[in-house]
Amino acid sequence: MASMKHKNAKRIEGLDKNVWVAFTSVAADPSIVNLGQGYPDIPPPSYVKEGLAQAAMVDRLNQYTRGFGHPTLVKALSKVYGKVYDRQLDPFKEILVTVGGYGSLFSAMQALVEEGDEVIIIEPFFDCYVPMVKMAGAKPVFIPLRLKSPTTTSINSADWVLDQEELASKFNSKTKAIIINTPNNPIGKIFSRSELQAIADLCIKHDTLCFSDEVYEWLIYKGHEHEKIATLPGMWDRTITIGSAGKTFSVTGWKLGWSIGPEHLIKHLQTVMQNSLYTCPTPLQEAVGQGLLRDYELMGQPDCYFSSLALELEGKRDRMAAMLRQIGMTPVVPEGGYFMIVDVTALNQDLSHMGGEEPYDYKFVKWMIQEKKLAAIPVTAFVGEDSVKQFEKYIRLCFIKKDSTLDAAEAILKSWNKS
Amino acid sequence: MWRRAAVIGPSLSNRLAIAGVHDKGIMSRKLHARRIEGIDKNIWVEFTQLAADYKAVNLGQGFPDFPPPSFIQEAFCKALNGGSPMHQYTRAFGHPNLVKILAKFFSRIVGREIDPMEDILVSVGAYQALFCTFQALIDEGDEVIIVEPFFDCYQPMVKMAGGTAIYVPLKPREGCGPALSSADWVLSPEELASKFSPRTKAIVINTPNNPLGKVYLQEELQVIAELCIKHDVICISDEVYEWLTYDGTKHVKIASLPGMWERTVTIGSAGKTFSATGWKVGWAMGSGHILKHLKTVHQNSVYHCATAAQEAVAVGFQREYDSFGTEDSYFLQLPLLLHEKRLRLADCLKSVGLKPILPQGGYFMIADISKLNINLTDPSTKDELYDYRFVKWLIKEKGLATIPVSAFYSPEHREEFQKYIRFCFVKEDSTLQAAEDILRQWSESK
Repeated sequence: MASMKHKNAKRIEGLDKNVWVAFTSVAADPSIVNLGQGYPDIPPPSYVKEGLAQAAMVDRLNQYTRGFGHPTLVKALSKVYGKVYDRQLDPFKEILVTVGGYGSLFSAMQALVEEGDEVIIIEPFFDCYVPMVKMAGAKPVFIPLRLKSPTTTSINSADWVLDQEELASKFNSKTKAIIINTPNNPIGKIFSRSELQAIADLCIKHDTLCFSDEVYEWLIYKGHEHEKIATLPGMWDRTITIGSAGKTFSVTGWKLGWSIGPEHLIKHLQTVMQNSLYTCPTPLQEAVGQGLLRDYELMGQPDCYFSSLALELEGKRDRMAAMLRQIGMTPVVPEGGYFMIVDVTALNQDLSHMGGEEPYDYKFVKWMIQEKKLAAIPVTAFVGEDSVKQFEKYIRLCFIKKDSTLDAAEAILKSWNKS
Repeated sequence: MWRRAAVIGPSLSNRLAIAGVHDKGIMSRKLHARRIEGIDKNIWVEFTQLAADYKAVNLGQGFPDFPPPSFIQEAFCKALNGGSPMHQYTRAFGHPNLVKILAKFFSRIVGREIDPMEDILVSVGAYQALFCTFQALIDEGDEVIIVEPFFDCYQPMVKMAGGTAIYVPLKPREGCGPALSSADWVLSPEELASKFSPRTKAIVINTPNNPLGKVYLQEELQVIAELCIKHDVICISDEVYEWLTYDGTKHVKIASLPGMWERTVTIGSAGKTFSATGWKVGWAMGSGHILKHLKTVHQNSVYHCATAAQEAVAVGFQREYDSFGTEDSYFLQLPLLLHEKRLRLADCLKSVGLKPILPQGGYFMIADISKLNINLTDPSTKDELYDYRFVKWLIKEKGLATIPVSAFYSPEHREEFQKYIRFCFVKEDSTLQAAEDILRQWSESK
């Protein structure tokens, strides 16, 4: 018996649909080579797994720990990031541990954004930003990255840039925050210092917050540097920087992340935390803390996991770009992260037989899953309505996959034109 | 219909005026969202720090200081060695192995076919299940009935969702003398009925209850059920301590009463079930047409829960499914173990002049401290309620940590209930012994 009173609260109206719900069940079919959802099928480093096994053996580590972050972990974070930021970080006041980078985004949004606010989102964006802004009652304002004419024959993520005038036009007195994601998912762009400076200038001018999603911060390829907007003058006091154990240690299933920022902002995220889930799992936090301490000692050296993973992925990145070019697709080679978007225009795939109102990339991915047994994610899932036309010939592929998976993908691509 | 009017398009200086006291630093605009106003204080943050600072014998926060059962620890070890998928994302609404066994297990108890994919949401502890429930179902202007005393998070969660909390107290039954058992604390059906209005969206019950330990009888749940049906209200039933009942008391699920499955969200906890509170695995269970809204909140807040812990809990539940009702079952062994600890603590408290209320279920026991004549002269606590002052004195002067029960009452009624403190007895015998020694010494020195 349907009751009017059992209706959902207004804050979640229209937020039930989700690109992952549509595509992950499809890709669960083992006969499909899954380059869609972003998680590694390579194992995490053994010392991280061992760290968890050890933590689980300690009685008190199976019980509640400190709500805002297990002491071992927050202290390790303050050490690692203290070095990266070149500043003293208070582990108890300037760091919050959350359920993944996702949980940090949610906490920041719920703590600091409300009805009447506008939040600037750069397209393409990790899809959760929009529903989170809406759930907080605010209005998302979009600005797309645009492909400038490349100077070389191959396109890379640095060729996608913001138009500065356009960016400035998006800021007004209602702009509460801008969300940036660097390295960016899905394009893999790393915002340069000057690009971040331009954003910082606008934040300072308009007294705006910055939520900087840097979950892929260690996956930086040769010739590029990751810059933290929080280190630019005037930005520490207005920035929340988000990190992820899942992406750092290839353990997405551990769902641990963190927010780093000034006490006067972090305290509000802590209030959300204490009223939403209170504390994160203890043994997982202990293991991540131990892992960070181990890699802290190796920072700057080749066997630091932060660097060794990037090196391993660079090879996979290049391999994937080559296999895609072979059949005529145009990959956008990423400077960072573990995704690559690829332009499928040149394939001229006729999808007119597929009904429905969906953009081309959605149809292409569904067709590709069905006909080629290869899964990807449509890039228009990461843009607002107004930018669909600009991005509908792109699909996103994840390359943090073991060699056998890439071999299987290569085989499919090689025989593309044969069926 | 319209949410409180937002301040639309004012000048920056206008917003500064509205903000009042500014946060420090370069930012001059008001920073935090209104939804978190008034919910920043938290008793656990304050008291766990205090207990740690004074290295007190900790009968305060509710977690076991003995290990989880070995079968669950083994299950966790096995899970984390179970290959790469155990360390990557699993199904967002709940790891398939876990939701399947939860559905199987609870179908048998509730007496209906529970759909693992539609009727269950796995969450980061029962705490997050509660959060999803309030966020999913409560709008500004909705009323939520909360039975006092209550687990403290219900009130700020209702507030954060924009709801209005309406309180109804459990009270010692009239005319039965001193209320020495949690069974003697009851709701007045007339008083309860008077709390329902056209704006009532939900009622929150907790059975077994924290802090009192009351286990609601079927007849008591029936009264609540009838009102829920009459007023078309959702029942949020926090049953995290469902296996911990003593003296033969039966735990009854309100969702199993006629007309209630379709309007109840039942909340459970692996942490309390398997004595592994640090794993933070919980769930909400109920009819799919309500659960789907909790899923929407979940997918827009944390999305996934940790995989390996869910796998381990699934293995634990399978084992309990197979050994249900036998002496091998942890769900029987744990309450048997705690039954004794509970009695032991109650005897000790009585012997030193505290008046415990014997709980029928759960982790906790409250005791009346009003007959003690302690001179509380600590100036730092002089503006606080008596039980807060007493608890702090007990931590600082005697090295014993407990929790003041007025924290489990509404801001409106706190002052009427300042004379109880809460003890957690889910502790090693050595911890209980240490607590007894402190109390005995104190009593002898008076």
